[in-house]
Amino acid sequence: MKTSNDSETVIAPAEEAAANPTINPVSGIDQSSGNFRYDMEYAFDAGTGLSENTVRYISGVKKEAPWILEFRLKALKTFLSKPMPTHWATKDLENINFDKIRYYLSQGQKPKRTWDEVPDDIKKTFERLGIPEQERKFLAGVEAQFDSEAAYSNIKDLVSKQGVIFVNSTEGLREHPEIFKKFFGKVIPTGDNKFSALNSAVFSGGSFIYVPPGVKVAQPLQAYFRINAENFGQFERTLIIADEGAEVTYMEGCTAPKFSTSTLHSAVVELVALKGAKIQYITVQNWSANVFNLVTKRGIAHEMAHIKWIDCNIGSRLTMKYPGVVLKGRKARGEVISIALANDGQHQDTGAKMIHAADETTSNIVAKSISVGQGRSTYRGLVHIPKHLKGCKNNTECDALLINTNSRTDTYPAITVRGDRNSVQHEASVSKVNEEMIFYMQQRGLTEGQAMSLAVNGFINDLARQFPMEYSVELKRLIDLEMEGSVG
Amino acid sequence: MSAPTLTSATDSFVGSFTAEAFARHLAALSSSPAWWLERRRAAYETFASLPLPRRTDESWRFSNVAALTLEGFQVEPAVPAGLFLASPFGPAHLAFVNNQLVAPPSLPREAIERGVVVTTLAEAALTHPDLLRGHFMAQPQKLGSAKYAALHSAFVSDGAFIYIPRGVELATPILVTHAAAGPDAAVFPHTLVIAEENAKATVVDFFVSADASTHFACGANDLYAGHGAQLTYIAAQNWSGTSRSFQFNSTVVRRDARVQSLNLHLGGRQARHESLSQLQAPGAFSEMLALTVADGTQEFDQRTLQIHQAPNTKSDLLYKNALRDQARTIFSGLIVVDPDAQKTDAYQSNRNLMLSEEAEASSLPGLEIQANDVRCTHGATSSRIDPEQEFYLLSRGIGKTAADEMLTFGFFEEVLNRLASDPLHDVLRGLIQTQFKK
Repeated sequence: MKTSNDSETVIAPAEEAAANPTINPVSGIDQSSGNFRYDMEYAFDAGTGLSENTVRYISGVKKEAPWILEFRLKALKTFLSKPMPTHWATKDLENINFDKIRYYLSQGQKPKRTWDEVPDDIKKTFERLGIPEQERKFLAGVEAQFDSEAAYSNIKDLVSKQGVIFVNSTEGLREHPEIFKKFFGKVIPTGDNKFSALNSAVFSGGSFIYVPPGVKVAQPLQAYFRINAENFGQFERTLIIADEGAEVTYMEGCTAPKFSTSTLHSAVVELVALKGAKIQYITVQNWSANVFNLVTKRGIAHEMAHIKWIDCNIGSRLTMKYPGVVLKGRKARGEVISIALANDGQHQDTGAKMIHAADETTSNIVAKSISVGQGRSTYRGLVHIPKHLKGCKNNTECDALLINTNSRTDTYPAITVRGDRNSVQHEASVSKVNEEMIFYMQQRGLTEGQAMSLAVNGFINDLARQFPMEYSVELKRLIDLEMEGSVG
Repeated sequence: MSAPTLTSATDSFVGSFTAEAFARHLAALSSSPAWWLERRRAAYETFASLPLPRRTDESWRFSNVAALTLEGFQVEPAVPAGLFLASPFGPAHLAFVNNQLVAPPSLPREAIERGVVVTTLAEAALTHPDLLRGHFMAQPQKLGSAKYAALHSAFVSDGAFIYIPRGVELATPILVTHAAAGPDAAVFPHTLVIAEENAKATVVDFFVSADASTHFACGANDLYAGHGAQLTYIAAQNWSGTSRSFQFNSTVVRRDARVQSLNLHLGGRQARHESLSQLQAPGAFSEMLALTVADGTQEFDQRTLQIHQAPNTKSDLLYKNALRDQARTIFSGLIVVDPDAQKTDAYQSNRNLMLSEEAEASSLPGLEIQANDVRCTHGATSSRIDPEQEFYLLSRGIGKTAADEMLTFGFFEEVLNRLASDPLHDVLRGLIQTQFKK
């Protein structure tokens, strides 16, 4: 096992909610059952709770430059001073107990559990999804390390021949400050929101990527490869810079249920696409049903650049995530493709932000959500076209599918347009699965569950096709799983 | 930092509408029944205790809250003598100037014989106390203006009371005019319409400034459609260009009833309109229409809420804004489908026609759906005149100004065509054209 002080995989105590997603979500916070065991080595543990000492500790372990410590301490102040955004967001946020969270665990304090302790339904899910044995143990938290180091080194070697830098946040800031310092915290300022401030104070892990001018990275870079290094953190920080004319695709997450034991995940992802560059960022989020997933993602697209977020949210108790693009240069293009599936006890509060800041910029948002059982999905969007711009266009489509009588969906877009030389259109619809369609499929010998699953897959098919093949196959299987028992 | 004294804090909350002004107002209403006086007192307390809207209030998002003020208004403006107000809709059956009835109610014989009541609120308090008590400002304020609605409830002194008995169908519309006159006059127009089972009627409210001075209008209308009733309500607002206006609409639709409302917004420097439709029983249908012509530096702020409380109900909203100069419009709409309101059919659409480089339109079309067997859609668009259509007209030898005008009126016709009555359609079109040509 390769160990370094600055890498960590944060896996904290397990919860019952993960094992049984139908129970009251609030009781899912209870951390008493199925606990991981911690090795007691306080020297490398920041403990629970957040204070200036926690931040100094993290920065010290990572041997960071003084400016980063300053940055973190300032962010901590901002985090503490900002109120919870419950005047517009769900009150469920108030259930986060910041004092009980472990903000940093270094290598060596990894929690452990045996395969026998992993709940049966999680094992069954792995089976159904066809996850390799080795990965299953890692994903279930049995092994804190999944040895993909070799795979990561391979891809890293491969792309470094093209001059691509692909490192973690600590290494990025330490080894390549001349490249990353310029954009770090510039796309998403610390004070953007309470949780971006929190991340800025305690971030660790994540990927820092730089693609030199004109370089087109053929294979997608995956956080998946880097799992054992640092990427499974709660507070990961990602910064991707595509220089002029460069192209890169990045993928994070995997469709297997991450049997996470920490209740708060708050990442910050910044993308910078310089002139003519193209960045595609793909996320498949499937945290266990006790996790608060509060993520800030934003990209800046310069002239002729193109940023595309493909965002799929299936897991977590509450996700609040609105990937955005600031269209800063002429003819820049921003896109968000979003799929959300909310089952019992889940609230997927997702959406998109498009800030037009130059002429002839275009943006496109397509969001589809599915609410199952008592699940709640929310679309929240922002489109802003300020004065004196011309030729800007936005298109937004959101469709919601409600499976059960008590499922819930909300749509809250906010669109501001100035001037007569731009055009914006927004459309949304809410519907249920067509009964005739189900009836027809049942006529042909499918069970109601199979028919429902087919209908739901059909609903998101045009979006799912935009995912890389292996992801869309897993997505299909996952929807089959979620739809089981949702009817009848 | 020195804390503001209690008095100054209170002053900023109530502006000209002080406790003393309220006491004087109550003293003048000695003939009012005890329950109403009590409601007014409670409303005043609510008004005084609530803070002014803040920039961070979700229900005031995008509004210029800094420009909202309650200072400098005449709480009980005198009624100028010999004022004659012509309404484009024709002679009014009820005409109010500065909250007072200026001529006795006139009503067609047909209506009187069939038991239709068209009178003032003050009169209704004596003749129909139970109806007034049950329907006057009886619905919740859910759209952000609780403070201003309480101000209205506290200071309203009179208004229109219209009652259409069971089964009565009125062929001609009932016309009401509410005017403000004189510098800084504050008016509290109110129109209450109760349509009983299977009744059918059209009511028109016309709001106007008698002169170019600055007015403060804080009005409300309560519409109630009983089982199977069919009610058409039209409100045209043309306050002076420096006025501030708040208007609160509440529509209650019962089983198989249908309410169509159309609001035309033309005047005011800053005008906010809140409209709440409650679909309370199966078969209820509410059609909510609005047209706005915004120019200069006007701000029109429209907030709507369609609540489907029962299965098999329908609502259809279409709000169209034409924006010129540096005008701003805000549309914030929400469709709520309660958990058991299956088979709901709800529609919400906001269309903004951008006619200048500096106009600004914000749309917040929202949905909150808690039942699955529904058909709910909404849409919002903001764009300029279709260049292809314009090109077609230009190629036929029509000048650019005329072509734009034709296309703009075409934009409004979609809404006006929903009206069954041609004469009303013509009056509204005339009002819009006047606005464009001024």
